[in-house]
Amino acid sequence: MGVMETKMNQLATKGAIKINDVVKIYDPDGAAVMAVDHCSIDIPAGEICMIVGPSGCGKTTLLNAIAGFHGITSGEIHLDGELLCGPGKPQAEPGSDRIVVFQNGALFPWKTNLENICFGPMMAGKLTKEEILEKARSMMADAGLAGTENSYPGEVSSGLRRRVEIVRALMNDPKVLLFDEPYRALDSLTKSVMHEALLEIYYKNKVTIFFITHDLEEAIFLGHRLIIMSSRPCKPKKIVDVDIPHPRDYSVLTSTRFREIMNEAKGVVNEEARKAFAAGEKEG
Amino acid sequence: MSQSNASSMNLTMYRVATWLKSPKPYLMIIGFAFLLLFWYFSVEIWQLPRFQDMPGPTEVFSEWFSKDPYYGLSIYTPEYYKHILISLRRIGFAFLLATALGVPLGLFLGWSKTLREFIFPLFEVFRPIPVLAWVPLAIIMFSGSETPVIFLTFLASFFATTLNTMLGVDSIDESYSRAAYCLGASRWQTFWHVVVPGAMPFIFTGLQISIGVAWFSLVAGEMVSGQYGLGYLINTAYMMIEYPKIIIGMITLGVIGYSTSAMVRVAGDYMMQWRVRELALGDN
Repeated sequence: MGVMETKMNQLATKGAIKINDVVKIYDPDGAAVMAVDHCSIDIPAGEICMIVGPSGCGKTTLLNAIAGFHGITSGEIHLDGELLCGPGKPQAEPGSDRIVVFQNGALFPWKTNLENICFGPMMAGKLTKEEILEKARSMMADAGLAGTENSYPGEVSSGLRRRVEIVRALMNDPKVLLFDEPYRALDSLTKSVMHEALLEIYYKNKVTIFFITHDLEEAIFLGHRLIIMSSRPCKPKKIVDVDIPHPRDYSVLTSTRFREIMNEAKGVVNEEARKAFAAGEKEG
Repeated sequence: MSQSNASSMNLTMYRVATWLKSPKPYLMIIGFAFLLLFWYFSVEIWQLPRFQDMPGPTEVFSEWFSKDPYYGLSIYTPEYYKHILISLRRIGFAFLLATALGVPLGLFLGWSKTLREFIFPLFEVFRPIPVLAWVPLAIIMFSGSETPVIFLTFLASFFATTLNTMLGVDSIDESYSRAAYCLGASRWQTFWHVVVPGAMPFIFTGLQISIGVAWFSLVAGEMVSGQYGLGYLINTAYMMIEYPKIIIGMITLGVIGYSTSAMVRVAGDYMMQWRVRELALGDN
């Protein structure tokens, strides 16, 4: 525990995200829909930042803008002071410094777990095949994935697949991991195992985590900070600091402080969820 | 590699064993027996009206397996094999050509929206034209008796393969290509590692349809033009009133057509081990 504590305190020095006054307007069939409304969020390097909001509030739009899957209408997003997108550059270039872990998982089913994990470095071509394999094997062993190298993703449990996907991302030494409700489809038991596994991986690797969820318990358990978003258009409504020290394990869930933070956040989240429901927002 | 071959071998053996233990093969035999009996009774015993001119099973099978066939065609005459080989050669040519052109075209049509706008409308107009309508033009365009038949066979195959390949590319979940870009893959790398393997299941469905329609158009082509071949055999047997030869030609077509389709399926399973293993797990 002591070693982890010291490691924990040395947060990553890279991976600070600055979202400044971002607006995203969709224009389907001429009817302008504002998905993100003058949104500013500052995420220091190495933070686990939980973006909480009702389904369909535009959180994913924000994530896609950081990842570079689509552009923004105005405002700017910086990563470590470098402009990702902003005036004159409406869409960021996707790159291996910001890797997305997708909602339904996006491991390539036609590649084995090992091939999936080696994919990024193989494409980059900076290391030799032997170096990549060695790195992959040691990271897999670290994440408890030894022995699943030659299985295809379809042959292993969904919990294991999520872990393979995170290792696949970490192989590229990313600054930021972007999680798009990755544990949404998992049952609550698997979910709790995944949360602890994720924290363990986080303690070993210095990354910033931008994590979208609508599960408040998940958000408080994992995050340094919750950013509670308003429903469409999406903008930060309330920021909640989770002052429970890391490293955490599941005993945190029953602590008094956890309940207090839960109560503080719940009111705001429920209000937004009700608004979203009344507005008839679809999933997305 | 040898290890994966061994495991796929074992899987095949396992499947054959389960199949033999299930009621399926015995039901299949009953189905065939039922058809044969109906044929035998309706033609030879009851001599139903309109069935009088039909050759009965006794006549057909005694001709087929006779060392000295009355109409000159049995499994002991080289001419029988010549018909089969010539049909197979035409199918082989046409199918390989259709695959070599159709798969890449389908991949590019699915991948590049511009190319699709450009070519697909043309494609949609040509596709519904039945192969038989092409017969006169094929004879005018191509010299000799061989090329028109191959052209007709190719045509239907090509449309089926291209269309299914394109649909295969459409069917690929967007997260896969997004994940590839995230992991630093270039557009071409994404094409090779995501688009091609992702479309593979649809491509092989397309190839199975393609080989089916290839036989259909081959026989149509051989009946009009061409010398030798099973379609030619059936047509000339009809003109010469050698009716048992018609049935021999038909059953031969059925058996060989089924075998070629099975070969395409086996090739697909071999190339998509990941899918075979996924489906094998799904069966349990």
